[in-house]
Amino acid sequence: MASYSTNEFKRGLKILLDGEPFNIVENEFVKPGKGQAFSRVKVRNLRTGRVVEKTFRSGESVEAADIFEKEMQYLYADGEFWHFMVPDTFEQYAAEEAAVGESAQWLKEEDVCQIMLWNDSPLSVLPPNFVELKITETDPGERGDTSSGGVKPATLETGAVVRVPLFVNEGEVVKVDTRTGEYVSRVK
Amino acid sequence: MSDDWRPSGDGDCLMARASLLRGIRDFFEREDVLEVETPVLSSAGNSDPRIESLSIDINGQRFWLQTSPEFAMKRLLAAEHRAIYQICKVFRGGERGRNHNLEFTMLEWYRPGWTHFELMDEVARLIALALGRAALPTGTLTYREAMRTHGQIDPWLCGENDLRTAVGELGADASLDRDEALDLIFSVRVVPNLDPDSVIFIHAFPESQAALARLDEELGYPSARRFEAFFGGMELANGYHELTDPDEQEQRIKTELEQRRRAGLEQPTADHRLIKALQHGLPACAGVAMGIDRLLMLRSGARHIDEVLCFPVERA
Repeated sequence: MASYSTNEFKRGLKILLDGEPFNIVENEFVKPGKGQAFSRVKVRNLRTGRVVEKTFRSGESVEAADIFEKEMQYLYADGEFWHFMVPDTFEQYAAEEAAVGESAQWLKEEDVCQIMLWNDSPLSVLPPNFVELKITETDPGERGDTSSGGVKPATLETGAVVRVPLFVNEGEVVKVDTRTGEYVSRVK
Repeated sequence: MSDDWRPSGDGDCLMARASLLRGIRDFFEREDVLEVETPVLSSAGNSDPRIESLSIDINGQRFWLQTSPEFAMKRLLAAEHRAIYQICKVFRGGERGRNHNLEFTMLEWYRPGWTHFELMDEVARLIALALGRAALPTGTLTYREAMRTHGQIDPWLCGENDLRTAVGELGADASLDRDEALDLIFSVRVVPNLDPDSVIFIHAFPESQAALARLDEELGYPSARRFEAFFGGMELANGYHELTDPDEQEQRIKTELEQRRRAGLEQPTADHRLIKALQHGLPACAGVAMGIDRLLMLRSGARHIDEVLCFPVERA
């Protein structure tokens, strides 16, 4: 695989350190006037999500990580893997639970997700920013009941639980922001 | 069509630069320091292993672009024995970042008969002037004090393990040598923790980082009569009580070239004309080099050097 020198470092560059894939979050050139030059980076481990600081001598090289992001349609889950398909090529990929993580609760068939591939294997799954899901279970809300702050829990068709306004009922479809897990609106 | 024909800095920065240069010239005229011009090209390169000299080929002969006007100005001093200053472009390969451009503007001046302590006072006055202030608070501490206070490392006493642990905490691996480790700790632990609203002078550098400064043991341990000035979190100037001994200077150059060879770096031609000038006799003097672009950044609140440059290297 290719390598990058520190003078090519920039935000968003995908590199391999000790066999783990990282994304460069911040990069700074540091050099005392008459001293050694360094490249100090903040990097996010794309597998664990942890951010760490690393320091390299200016001019050193690191291995490039084979990371690609592709848009894929969610097909189905079989209990062990979540299956996705690239729309144009019909290529299918199977993502493990570790790669899907929190996104599992938002996945609805045919929704287009952003899949990060490492060495052509799913590393992480990002659902669309907004999803429209049907409420499968929720208590009927009493109009004028403000004791709960005007919201009640609702279970959605994917199993996700979100807080919705009291006037929203079972069977209705709601729009949810997957980044915050919050109810946005009803969908007609 | 990209906009890279345009300057990266704005109109205000143009005026700020013109005003700063005027102010600096007025300052030195009042102080009776003469402005000089020495060549940007030299038949010799810089032997410092941490600085990359750029070179060009002119009719089969190699010339180097100056990384500082130091050697040429010292040759001039050996002939003229008077206080001189220069504002000029210098070039350092591989240096690019928020505070670095490959080509930048340096103000460098020499005071025959002064120690570097007297020069520090003048540096503080000039920085205040550049920032439009009547005076600025100053602070002075030794490299040793600075490293012990902010880096928890005593460079004169610490062992390899202490350094390895310290740089490990900064995400560096164990391959850093002693000076590299000190440089990293200094840059990350010391500099950002200096009072940004005072001109802070750090002096008495380790022997291994003496560069062109004299060495002595006045503090009870060997150190270099060298200082750096900081303000606003930035390194602004580097100065010395200048080394005048030709034999020691020649030995330092040889040592540096050997360090370059061992590191697999090119060894530029050594400046034998500088040695001849020192053999003739360089007056005892103190000298300092200051980054003009960084002064401008502080003056205008710029977060990146490109904001004060017309055309940084990528759009030169």
